[in-house]
Amino acid sequence: MKKDNILEVKNLVKWFPVKKSLFSKTKSYLKAVDNVSFSIPRGEVLGLVGESGCGKSTTGRAILRLIEATQGEVLLEGQDLYRLDKTALKEKRKDMQIVFQDPYASLNPRLTIRSIIGEAIKLHQVVGEKEREAFMEELLYEVGLGKHFLNHFPHQFSGGQRQRIGIARALAVRPKLVVMDEAVSALDVSVQAQVLNLFQDLQEKYGLTYLFITHNLSVVKHISNRIAVMYLGQIVELADKETFFQNPQHPYSRALLSAIPSSNPELKRERILLKGDLTSPVDPPQGCRFFSRCPEAQSICREIQPPQKEVGNGHLVACHVR
Amino acid sequence: MSERLLEVKELSIGFDTDDGFLPALDKVSLTLNKGETLGVVGESGSGKSLTSLSIMNLIPASGRAVGGEILFKGKNLQELGEEQIRRIRGNEISMIFQEPMTSLNPVYSVGEQIMEVLRLHQQADKKTARAKTIEMLRLVGIPSPEKRVDDYPHQLSGGMRQRVMIAMALSCQPDLLIADEPTTALDVTTQAQILDLMSDLKDRLHTSILLITHDLGVIAETADHVAVMYAGKVVEYAEVKRFFREPLHPYSRGLMNSIPTLEQTRERLEVIRGVVPTLQQMPTGCRFCTRCDEKQPLCEVESPPLLDYQGSQVSCWKYTERWEPVPT
Repeated sequence: MKKDNILEVKNLVKWFPVKKSLFSKTKSYLKAVDNVSFSIPRGEVLGLVGESGCGKSTTGRAILRLIEATQGEVLLEGQDLYRLDKTALKEKRKDMQIVFQDPYASLNPRLTIRSIIGEAIKLHQVVGEKEREAFMEELLYEVGLGKHFLNHFPHQFSGGQRQRIGIARALAVRPKLVVMDEAVSALDVSVQAQVLNLFQDLQEKYGLTYLFITHNLSVVKHISNRIAVMYLGQIVELADKETFFQNPQHPYSRALLSAIPSSNPELKRERILLKGDLTSPVDPPQGCRFFSRCPEAQSICREIQPPQKEVGNGHLVACHVR
Repeated sequence: MSERLLEVKELSIGFDTDDGFLPALDKVSLTLNKGETLGVVGESGSGKSLTSLSIMNLIPASGRAVGGEILFKGKNLQELGEEQIRRIRGNEISMIFQEPMTSLNPVYSVGEQIMEVLRLHQQADKKTARAKTIEMLRLVGIPSPEKRVDDYPHQLSGGMRQRVMIAMALSCQPDLLIADEPTTALDVTTQAQILDLMSDLKDRLHTSILLITHDLGVIAETADHVAVMYAGKVVEYAEVKRFFREPLHPYSRGLMNSIPTLEQTRERLEVIRGVVPTLQQMPTGCRFCTRCDEKQPLCEVESPPLLDYQGSQVSCWKYTERWEPVPT
């Protein structure tokens, strides 16, 4: 039986035009997302990992049409979001929400929590006017905040609490898909654990599907069912969690895993040190994008972009050497 | 026994505010031996950065030290005049910060900024300073340093900028390098490069490092000793292997259990309930007692001192005779 995919992303492309100099006519393109495809079955968590500048956030935003993709299809429950007109898209926004990294910047400082959470409920008419107050109180309770907080302003909360408000706002419209864009990265570790547990509880309770975007592999390992690794605008490896952590295939995935400091000082991990820095995504090399830093690079890697191939049960790798 | 380079003894610092005097550091004690790395770990607001700033005598104007001493090579740094401390700062003790972009001056080339340090502290002439600068840039692994020396900070990547900061900090061969979250703003693969570089240079230049971080993994990889700070106090000080094998303080244990790791798989993360109390609401007894699962009445009344316990130091009543064993 075919899995019930709530989200299917097909050949998603987002290029940003950049001018080389003020007056030059030739345009270059920053290929932030370049031909990305994946799907998420209902109720699962896909972890999208990569380092800064790899295009993971752009991918998340292009999926929700917060920015317009250059090309590609995004099917939410079989319906292509890029074929919807304004009204239909607005209606569809109820089903997909996002939680941002910075809980300080993503809440309007002039609004009370009641307005922040209530706005979406009103707009999408989630519940009737009479039930709204009770509904909001229940929402706050679910994210672990008391109902008296409804009258407070964002500055009166700590970072962890603000993130809880961001979650309450996202959940207010009863979405099916939630994009978590570095949602726990700005939090202290003890608070991060609380929020991660909250994510899990809510996911189980409402059968939510998460696209969990982060740079932190340990967090991704904890929360995801499957993992996709991005490098310079492309997915280089995609596998379910167990396979990925036991048997990472792409040289970049291996380097990434080996770079994470082990929390056991008596267990020294063999470290694969990468040469140099991330290549610029403006006019990236025509061959494999990881070529210049890859410890296993061969001559073919310079010329031809490696296609994605399956090396085992749903385990996709884009590498010539594998 | 190894030689002591830095000793912070019962340092207390507070801030004068409209709410009265707020004690930000409470009797903080740390020891750093020559050639070693001491990792200071804690969450935001635990006082780890303030501790390091006070060593450099850089505490903000509204803050003041109300007790304790900072001994560097036997000298009490707090008794030194501004002129004397300036001779030490950047020369014998230097510092690198979290965000390399904001700690480099954007209108000077990186070479000029490193040369300034050498000319000031070592009275080097222009030519020698430039040669030494290029040599330092090569040492920290910057490719073609002869060209890069004239680059401006914005022309370099985050990892390269942090390398420049390290080159600058180490240019006078300091005895002590204070690194305040040196890799927090960097990607993991870059972080691995920088951590490797730091421990390599530590061995080559015989520099001791005070490493401040919130990342226990970084501590495990690089430090010899670790000090755990919570709400302005050192709650545990231990040799690093022993610490990770058997953390003593309830907060240390909670911290370790709340972090997802690659080695272990857990269904749920254990959490430390609640949040760090603000300075205005600091409990009178143990500062951790509002979040501790093992709390006894004693903990709410009296703050536990930092006591020796099996070769480590821990600030918890549990390891004293005054603790009442729980009947099983």
